Amino acid sequence: MWDWIKIVVLGVVALAAAVAANFARDLAYQVHALIVMAVAAGLFIWSVRRAGEPKSAPETGYMDGVVRYGVIATTFWGLAGFLVGTFIAFQLAFPALNFEFLQGFGNFGRLRPLHTSAVIFAFGGNALIATSFYIVQRTSAARLWGGNLAWFVFWGYNLFIVLAATGYLMGATQSKEYAEPEWYVDLWLTIVWVAYLLVFLGTIIKRKEPHIYVANWFFLSFIVTIAMLHIVNNLVVPVSIFGSRSVQVMSGVQDAMTQWWYGHNAVGFFLTAGFLGMMYYFVPKQAERPVYSYKLSIIHFWALIFLYIWAGPHHLHYTALPDWASTLGMVFSIVLWMPSWGGMINGLMTLSGAWDKLRTDPIIRMMVISIGFYGMSTFEGPMMSIRAVNALSHYTDWTIGHVHSGALGWNGMITFGALYFLTPRLWGRASLYSLRMVSWHFWLATIGIVLYAASMWVTGIMEGLMWREVDANGFLVNSFADTVAAKFPMYVLRGTGGILYLTGALIMAYNLWMTAFSKRVPAAAAVAAAE
Amino acid sequence: MSTRNDKKEVETTGHSWDGIEEYNNPLPRWWVWVFYACIAWGVWYTVAYPAWPGLKEATAGYLGFSTRARVANEMAAVDAANADMVAALETVDLAALKDDENLHGFAVNMGSAVFKANCSQCHGSGAAGAKGYPALIDDDWIWGGRIDEIAFTVTNGIRNEQSFSARGYGGVMPSFADVFSGEETSAVVAYVRGISGQEHDAALAAEGETLFLDNCASCHGDAGMGSLAATREYEDPTALYPDGEMTGALNLTDAIWLYGGDEATITETLVKGRAGVMPAWSEEFRPGSGLSAAEINAVAAYVHQLGGGQ
Repeated sequence: MWDWIKIVVLGVVALAAAVAANFARDLAYQVHALIVMAVAAGLFIWSVRRAGEPKSAPETGYMDGVVRYGVIATTFWGLAGFLVGTFIAFQLAFPALNFEFLQGFGNFGRLRPLHTSAVIFAFGGNALIATSFYIVQRTSAARLWGGNLAWFVFWGYNLFIVLAATGYLMGATQSKEYAEPEWYVDLWLTIVWVAYLLVFLGTIIKRKEPHIYVANWFFLSFIVTIAMLHIVNNLVVPVSIFGSRSVQVMSGVQDAMTQWWYGHNAVGFFLTAGFLGMMYYFVPKQAERPVYSYKLSIIHFWALIFLYIWAGPHHLHYTALPDWASTLGMVFSIVLWMPSWGGMINGLMTLSGAWDKLRTDPIIRMMVISIGFYGMSTFEGPMMSIRAVNALSHYTDWTIGHVHSGALGWNGMITFGALYFLTPRLWGRASLYSLRMVSWHFWLATIGIVLYAASMWVTGIMEGLMWREVDANGFLVNSFADTVAAKFPMYVLRGTGGILYLTGALIMAYNLWMTAFSKRVPAAAAVAAAE
Repeated sequence: MSTRNDKKEVETTGHSWDGIEEYNNPLPRWWVWVFYACIAWGVWYTVAYPAWPGLKEATAGYLGFSTRARVANEMAAVDAANADMVAALETVDLAALKDDENLHGFAVNMGSAVFKANCSQCHGSGAAGAKGYPALIDDDWIWGGRIDEIAFTVTNGIRNEQSFSARGYGGVMPSFADVFSGEETSAVVAYVRGISGQEHDAALAAEGETLFLDNCASCHGDAGMGSLAATREYEDPTALYPDGEMTGALNLTDAIWLYGGDEATITETLVKGRAGVMPAWSEEFRPGSGLSAAEINAVAAYVHQLGGGQ
């Protein structure tokens, strides 16, 4: 019965998408309708062919197939995001790279949201979904709830990414940073996200452990809060049901405040809480040490999620936002400093008694440096939220440097550590293909980040000072173009850092591929048998 | 390295997930105290500065801080300090500005800031121009390089719909696509390259001469010197904005080109025509974002001393 319902629904979706493509008012909508039509039609045919076949017995044990796909998707989108990022870094240094034949889809303005979304949502999001599925099963001693719903989450999320990314290239954007996708893509993500919440919550509810592990608190807070942020920030009225354009429900400073409430908590709950969940599992596992302090994990968890949600106004200092809101945003950001560092302390101190592993285990080294960058960014963030500092740093490259020391250093490195941890286990291998390659990756990525962050600090502070420079009579000294010209060497250096980081990721992709699929890496079972 | 945990064994909580246990370590003292300090500071800060929203308005804070008041005060202080100079600049006789060294120096500084904020987007931060946007550092002027002429151009702009006094109103370089055949176009291009001293086909240029004199000379002048030279020739050279012949037609006999002097670009200009626009910058024509009389005089003084002022 269920099979037939599914077939009918897929058929209807394919037809509706075909109709929508026919009546489409703009290119992006039309292409998206065709993509949806192709996906629904493909699934329709696949379901029809499989209908009536005997069902295989329900599987038991952990559901790792979807995690394996997640690992592959994370690696793939990571490479795509880093590649686009490196390219647009050079577009900024050498504007001629905005080639004439790329105008309208491959110029900086179109590629920039592609880069940020590919890294945050495609690379980071797939990493979060894959690791949360892996961790919640192990720490709950239960198989993922909901049967194939987890597969729906994985494929549905990646369809969202494809729709978002192709939309940016064709100019479909609602012009909200990190929330660029248009209304129908947002609706689809909402459905997928609710399914994600159900799978995760269902697994926790049917857990066989008496308590819920700390990593799962962080994952759950991440999933719930992102759902809330996503819905509120994307409240729009579509101009036409057959077009991608929409009108925001909120306007003016209310819209700006909602956007940065969303934007800052995308950082707070997507890139911080979610990744802390990862950290709380993989660091003690890889170090083979107990977590440093249970008390600290409780206190810093609740303090973090209570304080983070109020910090958004610090993105709008010295704007139309009233002073009182800007003060509160700054105060909450600074009080947030210690709760953020609670995670760093718990991560680093978990290694006490196992510091020697830093010498021998490049994966631990990767995790430690990621926690280091986490600590640095969560100090830098509150500092930049101070009004007087922000007066200098806002709108400059310092902000870009801050974001990247967090994204490349903290999110990137902890994800790489998790991928190195997961791949041999998921594909039943005794070890990674090459630890030397992990070391290479570690150093390339670290030097890349240092070049990136340092050059952006220098240009950020420089342009901030140049913008505000006035002579004795109070007249402006520099034109905007002067500051752009002065940044050139730093832009080249930043791009070079990007190349190093990308090279490291390519080495990782090769290493993971060989680990999973090369015959030269012995299977875990064979080693166990030989011992 | 031996750790505290080895010396004084801290117990775990007794939980275990997938082999992960948790120590029951107390909160680090320094962490707790810094956290408390931040909270205490935060409470004080929200009392001192505008912070807590009420039904009608937010608390103002006992320090009386306001970002808007602060920037208004800073700007008022600068305005007050410069008030005398600005007032003098507003009514100065531009021709005599250079004689007052002090005021001229002030005007150039002020004009430089005005230029950077308003003009550099098109003319370049060094005023070297770009394709379609004249360089302001040479002595090849389209609308006149006297300081009063520059001020007039800035005030009213060129071929815009804001100011009735905009220069070149109605005078554009028309498209000759319907006038010249392809061959004739090549001939005129060759002739123009000839009078500007560039490589050209002499036979073709000879054919182009008549076409030039019949069609182009009415604006560019018989010798191709442009409309500025033409007006200077026939009318009172000291008059401001001599009426009539001033079309903005370029001087075609030198090496300076607004759009380009290569064959392809001259051909494009002939076939498609040109009509460069500059906005009127006076606040009279753009309320709220325009330039005051003092600012216009200042930027005229700045541009005038860049190298080509007459």
